Amino acid sequence: MCRSTLLFIIMSVITNIFSKKRRTLRQQDARIALWLVAPSLVVILGVTLWPIFSSFILSFFHAPAGINQARTFVGLGNYIEMLNDQGFWETIGRTLYFTVASVVLNLTLGLLVAQLIQSHPWGWKFIRFSLIIPWAVPTIVNGAMWRWIYSGDFGALNGVLMQFGLIRHYIPWLTLPNLAMPLVILADTWHTMPLIALILQAALAALPEELDEAAAVDGANAWQRFVKIRLPLLRPAILVALIIRTVEAFRVFDIVYIITSGGPASKTITITFLTYLYSFPYGKQGTGAALSIMISIVTMIFAIAYIRILYRPEENQ
Amino acid sequence: MRHHRRLFRKIVLFFFSIPVLLFIFSPILWLFLASFSTQVELFTIPPHWIPHHPTLQNYLDIFFPNLAASTVPRTFAISLLNSIKIASVVTIICIFFGSLAAYALVRIPFKFNRSIQLGILATRMIPEVSLILPLFIIASSLQLINKPIVLIITYMSFALPYAIWMMAAFFQTVPVELEEAARLDGCSRLGILFRVVMPISVPGLVSTAMFVFLLAWDEFFYALIFTSTLASKTAPVAIAEFVGRYSVNITGMMAAGVLAALPPMILAFIFQRYIVSGMTAGAVKG
Amino acid sequence: MRTMNKILVGVITLILVFSLVGCGPKNTGPVTIHILTQDQAGMKPAEIDQIARDFEAANPDIKVVMEYVGYDYIHDKIVTGMAANPPAYDASMIDVIWPDEFIKNGYLLDVTDRVTPEMKSGIFPASWNGVTRNGKVYGMPWLMDTKYFMYNQEMLTAAGFNAPPKTWEELLTQAAAIKAKKLAEFPIVWSWNQKEGVVCDFTVLLYGNGGTFLDASGKPAFNNEKGVEVLTWMKQTIDDGLTNPTSISADEMAVETDFLAGKSAFAVNWLFQYADSNKADMSQIVGKAALAAMPVFAAGSAAGIKGSSVDGSSSFAIMATTPYPDQVWKFLTYLTSNEVQIKFSAEMLPIWQADFQGSALTTLIAANPTNPITVPAFLAQFPYANERPTVPYYNEASAALQLAIQEALTNLKTPQQALDEAAAKWVELAK
Repeated sequence: MCRSTLLFIIMSVITNIFSKKRRTLRQQDARIALWLVAPSLVVILGVTLWPIFSSFILSFFHAPAGINQARTFVGLGNYIEMLNDQGFWETIGRTLYFTVASVVLNLTLGLLVAQLIQSHPWGWKFIRFSLIIPWAVPTIVNGAMWRWIYSGDFGALNGVLMQFGLIRHYIPWLTLPNLAMPLVILADTWHTMPLIALILQAALAALPEELDEAAAVDGANAWQRFVKIRLPLLRPAILVALIIRTVEAFRVFDIVYIITSGGPASKTITITFLTYLYSFPYGKQGTGAALSIMISIVTMIFAIAYIRILYRPEENQ
Repeated sequence: MRHHRRLFRKIVLFFFSIPVLLFIFSPILWLFLASFSTQVELFTIPPHWIPHHPTLQNYLDIFFPNLAASTVPRTFAISLLNSIKIASVVTIICIFFGSLAAYALVRIPFKFNRSIQLGILATRMIPEVSLILPLFIIASSLQLINKPIVLIITYMSFALPYAIWMMAAFFQTVPVELEEAARLDGCSRLGILFRVVMPISVPGLVSTAMFVFLLAWDEFFYALIFTSTLASKTAPVAIAEFVGRYSVNITGMMAAGVLAALPPMILAFIFQRYIVSGMTAGAVKG
Repeated sequence: MRTMNKILVGVITLILVFSLVGCGPKNTGPVTIHILTQDQAGMKPAEIDQIARDFEAANPDIKVVMEYVGYDYIHDKIVTGMAANPPAYDASMIDVIWPDEFIKNGYLLDVTDRVTPEMKSGIFPASWNGVTRNGKVYGMPWLMDTKYFMYNQEMLTAAGFNAPPKTWEELLTQAAAIKAKKLAEFPIVWSWNQKEGVVCDFTVLLYGNGGTFLDASGKPAFNNEKGVEVLTWMKQTIDDGLTNPTSISADEMAVETDFLAGKSAFAVNWLFQYADSNKADMSQIVGKAALAAMPVFAAGSAAGIKGSSVDGSSSFAIMATTPYPDQVWKFLTYLTSNEVQIKFSAEMLPIWQADFQGSALTTLIAANPTNPITVPAFLAQFPYANERPTVPYYNEASAALQLAIQEALTNLKTPQQALDEAAAKWVELAK
């Protein structure tokens, strides 16, 4: 494998270098573009192409885990089985709930914090620096910490609420089926909001001030300036933040596993958790693959929808 | 009058900062204080917000491993170094190659531009859980298991798509006029990238770098499967070991968590100064 | 064009690096075997490492590399490890609930012919249960464990009782008294969260009521009236305020935390909880914890059930596709040999019956300050350790049962309804 790759690369490089026809500026540009993109493409595709492809193929098979296990072709069987499964739809519902709540919370809080920082209140540098802290705490520790805070017997949440007289008895938070997911969403938002805030703040920082000043002179108040001038210019950054947060929220797994292990009564099992369960403990790799393909399709739809709605190339000022 | 309005504005903003700071700090303060607590004190009701018998034992176990009762703290310091190595390499390479790609995709209209953009984004849609078995088989046949390089390459493939998209967004906000002006001055494409676009997008680049660093820093599942020897495991894997089958060394884990959060924080502190909001204004005017 | 060349060089170097990475010379020399085991189970990793070094000294042509992972991750590491050829691990520790799945997957090597008669008769018969299927042996027993009934002696006496309960019904009476005297708000705590722990507890209670998981023909029986009684009883104890409601999200570690903080009077858990209860940096009840025989239900007792617990042992198995089965077997027999086990009997109980008899028993008891209590407790409780269903689809079946129990405990379904649905799932899985 090693030698043939080498040979291929060398051959294509040589043919390229020695085919110096006269090219238009546009063609030259295109070639430069390809070379600029090439290293990233090599890494991304080199690592993920085969696994994605093999996962795709596997999703059409009944593939029990194990050595020398027969793989039977079932066509869309795995997909149909999942689409007919009530547990699957409940999981999708929970995951959408998590995603919508997470995206809304993250983007709202993120935007507010970003604007707050950008307005340079006293200590704004400290605020921006502090944002890295929730983000820097490893997910495992974050999960363990929040699990601890929510603990029904010793947790800080109960302690604080009790001290302020808001509750009379300690509440076993994580055992309440309808409260468990919001609590996980809160814990996750604490960890992920900093990234959104920082992306948006960096974008805000790059905006030219004159437009804002001109609008102020024209009599627009702070809110109008924010919504009509800054938000539209922030579109690329918001797009990025939306895509990242939606994709990551839809695929959330680690934090749920650590805080609740999917409970109580499976109320916090998300679709990636379900994929993990089928692929590993249940040993049904075909079903697991089918689930991942379905997840990919949904998240891709989200991403394309966002791009369609928000993407405006080369916006001139 | 204007002075009063500004003062009022400052006070109102400060007022809004307080809940933000509370939100950020209260959970982490708990983590921090727990790391100085003994296990037995942590489990008291009502909670001792500040430990009555603070102890450095949790940290001592990590820094002076030979004296630790359990081996888990011992391995932690090494895993922290592994994580730093891997995350740093991933970040540097991603920013470098990613910025090249991002610039091309945003500023150079060429035939495959759109499809490449969507394509690399699409690779991020599939959950990592499904890619791990084929990747493990490949890595195993290349004898890369328990070697940092396998994680570096894998994390790069995870981080690049996001890094490219993020940097593309930041490059987009750079006014085209600047680039055209540089072109007229005789700059090549790459020259424009390195001398005009990147300097202005430094806030965005630093944000992207932090994102990549933390993505690599935080990743758990692949690190768990691909590296578990003492020499190669990363910080999240080591932290997971504080949770044994039968007992959780929760105070030790909190201490490890605090330490694991430090390197990214230190980096953020160092690179803070490169995020200067005034740079853009100067560039446009000049 | 100069910058173009620079990029070219950069890209080529990069690709070169990647593709050459795998082209190294292969290792020659002594055989290296990789063994996966659980962190913090039985002996400390440093001690197992020492055993490995001692073995290497006696066998210079074998190098042993031990890997330690948390319990939650061993199963996944085995599955991924076995996807590679040669496998990432030559042997691994396996939990008592995995052999059926792993045998069906072809992961485990049949070692029936390697087991000597001395081993067969010398090691506890109950331990062989965990690794024997259809008369074939698939591993070496290693760590025997079962769940014990532990109680806070001081609280019991303060409530006016001088003996721990013998039946679960009696437990509720004692718990109610303890609660009434305000010695503990929730006297009992369990590990009923949505993980394997709840099935362990259910096993203890189910068999203590005379119930079983499967009937004689292999069909689910846990949803019969005995099983429903147990689940209803579990829920009732929460409703009556005797079982801590946090049990619904508690695992074994949380149970220990509660018990060691003096928040509960009764806690069912693995043996580790007893030793930890006497560690001053962890426990507020040093010297107050005591072990007793696991209670049974009055109905179970009437049906002849003398004791009931759950088997939580682990063993070491050789991976079927390992290129070095003989070397691995050599190491495993050394690891589980009597001499080695005796040396570390402070950490875990030996698997050899002889160590529990005569003068050996005296030595064993003296090896560790807690042994005088734990050894007799083990000898009394382990014979009643019940197995969970030995089916290859156990993980998925257990998940269905975990969900059912949780749904009943959180009032989302009635116990009968929940258990029936789980039973239906088991039937579906068995096809």
